[in-house]
Amino acid sequence: MKPGSDRLLDVEELTVRFGTEDGAVLAVDAASFALGPGEVLALVGESGCGKSVTALALTGLLPRSAAVSGRITFAGRNLPGLAERELRRIRGRDIAYVFQEPMTSLNPVLTVGRQIGEVLRRHQGMGGSAARRRAAELLELVGIPLPHRRLGEYPHQLSGGMRQRVMIAMAVACRPRLLVADEPTTALDVTVQAGILDVLRTLRAEIGTAVLLITHDLGVVADIAERVVVMYAGRTIEEAHAEALFARPSHPYTRGLLDAVPNPARHADGGLREIPGRVPVLATSPDACTFADRCGHADGVCRTRRPAFARGPAGHLVRCWHPLAVPVPP
Amino acid sequence: MGRYVLRRLVESAVTFVLATIVIFLGVRALPGDPVRALAGEENDPQALAEIRRAYGLDESIVVQYVRYVGRALRGDLGTSARTRLPVAETIGHALPVTLQLAAFAMVVAVLIGLSTGIVASVRRRTASEWAANTVALLGLSIPVFWFGQMVILLFAIAYPVLPASGFVSFFSDPVQSLRHLLLPGLVLGSGLAAVIMRQTRSAMLEALGSDYIRTARAKGLGGAQVVFGHALRNSLIVVTTIVGLQLGALISGVVVTEQIFVVPGFGKLIVDGVLTRDYPMIQGLVLVTATAYIAINLLVDLLYSVIDPRIRVGGAVL
Ligand SMILES: Nc1ncnc2c1ncn2[C@@H]1O[C@H](COP(=O)(O)OP(=O)(O)OP(=O)(O)O)[C@@H](O)[C@H]1O
Ligand SMILES: [Mg+2]
Repeated sequence: MKPGSDRLLDVEELTVRFGTEDGAVLAVDAASFALGPGEVLALVGESGCGKSVTALALTGLLPRSAAVSGRITFAGRNLPGLAERELRRIRGRDIAYVFQEPMTSLNPVLTVGRQIGEVLRRHQGMGGSAARRRAAELLELVGIPLPHRRLGEYPHQLSGGMRQRVMIAMAVACRPRLLVADEPTTALDVTVQAGILDVLRTLRAEIGTAVLLITHDLGVVADIAERVVVMYAGRTIEEAHAEALFARPSHPYTRGLLDAVPNPARHADGGLREIPGRVPVLATSPDACTFADRCGHADGVCRTRRPAFARGPAGHLVRCWHPLAVPVPP
Repeated sequence: MGRYVLRRLVESAVTFVLATIVIFLGVRALPGDPVRALAGEENDPQALAEIRRAYGLDESIVVQYVRYVGRALRGDLGTSARTRLPVAETIGHALPVTLQLAAFAMVVAVLIGLSTGIVASVRRRTASEWAANTVALLGLSIPVFWFGQMVILLFAIAYPVLPASGFVSFFSDPVQSLRHLLLPGLVLGSGLAAVIMRQTRSAMLEALGSDYIRTARAKGLGGAQVVFGHALRNSLIVVTTIVGLQLGALISGVVVTEQIFVVPGFGKLIVDGVLTRDYPMIQGLVLVTATAYIAINLLVDLLYSVIDPRIRVGGAVL
């Protein structure tokens, strides 16, 4: 881990609890991770692990029913301590988002040009024509042909891949320092996915933005992530450099994810065979390993004592009483 | 866009022709012989036959229809059996009165309905939402005739600040006109306001929970831009349709409201016409009403296509 001053984003003990009609839901349970400037960090885990909630919590985008605690330090500022006005200045300018559903994430009644232009007017004080010109440049940057014509079009006139490119253009409009991409390719065809990942990679190189890439597709991780944080039931359970994680997964859950994908480097279609059982929805944080019920290695300790996030036999962080020592066979 | 407008125009024309046929046949199916109504005290068969001929009622039904449409298109709706004045002229005097009243009621309803609907959706689980919901419930459930009388009792009798009856054209004296329109407009618009409020609220709630609102917030947009620029824009599609559908209810509300506030408008003509079985007058009134309906529907559809680009461009919906 890099020294503190180098970090762009430092999330410490982030906890998010929802009050719902069926009782409390602990969506994120003391999750900690950090991101350096320009780094690509993947946040992986099955559906319901708390990945999206973590992403939204960063800039206070969760609904009012969410109670957030913990520290989120971004460029030296503690985000949860900021007023909504301050957060609005950060959203879209310093921290920008690309969401999973390109079909519904764009406003159906506003033109593409207006939706991109909005960010530029908001954060860069551009006027109408300047914003339009810049929006066209941005569309070109994300590989959309005939950008000037597209500006006047509405989302329903674009394909899914095009819409996601528009989302990306919108997100990078102000050259954010952190781009949070929440499953940016999950809703798209395989052929389109590769194109979107290419765009992300190119932009990262050009703008130098750090990327928090949320996915449950280990193929995508192998493709562009430098470091990986694995989440399970709201907890961070393993963190390592991408190669280290693929070579020496230490948590049985990570191992399970990898086993479901025979060769992640070659595997691009994201098919993830499920580990038996489901991610539990917890109301409170149990004094136990939350994966114990689905784990072949679990014993009494796992069910009665909370594992710490500590360095395991492979030399990286893992939250397990019995971390695996055996590397994945090549 | 052009094709859509053209198609809607043709549809409206067809609807208009069908409406004239229905009106023409419908009025003839009403109980009571119009010739008798025209004849008054006269009972002599010869005199009755005379009247029948004078009004062309002895011709075949098809000939009568063609004549009727031909005259109607030239603006001749016949002569009132009661006042002996041209129907078109009588309606021509009453219509602007009613249009001003309806337009005012509409403005009142949209202002109250949209604002309370937005408040109720944005300030969820607060006293504001509760208040807005209560007003809407009252607006929907209080009958117009009762509400009208209460309003008169309160503002014209207990605290005589506004006139309880009569009408002044907006174009001759705007201030007096608004004073006269305020009470009937409020009464007439209350039901529509409640409908608009509820529709706005539910459409806004749906919009505010949508993914594109999350995107808008993630861009750093402020509350007003999110609510008005993004959520309301989408909600207006639903609201416009509902308002269009509800304009029919406004027309029937006009009849009651004009009776209560003694407004010399279209509604009063309808009541008088029906009570005295003034057959040419009824026919003319229904024709004008139907035309207004068709025009309003056309207008709403065109407005709808302006608000919703998915209809305006792209062709899928055409
Ligand atoms: N607004 C909310 N109210 C109540 N519970 C919520 C809310 N949003 C998320 N949750 C719960 O929080 C947990 C984590 O959800 P989250 O959306 O972060 O999962 P995820 O890891 O992003 O999954 P996916 O891969 O399906 O996107 C889930 O159990 C979910 O039901
Ligand atoms: Mg998610």
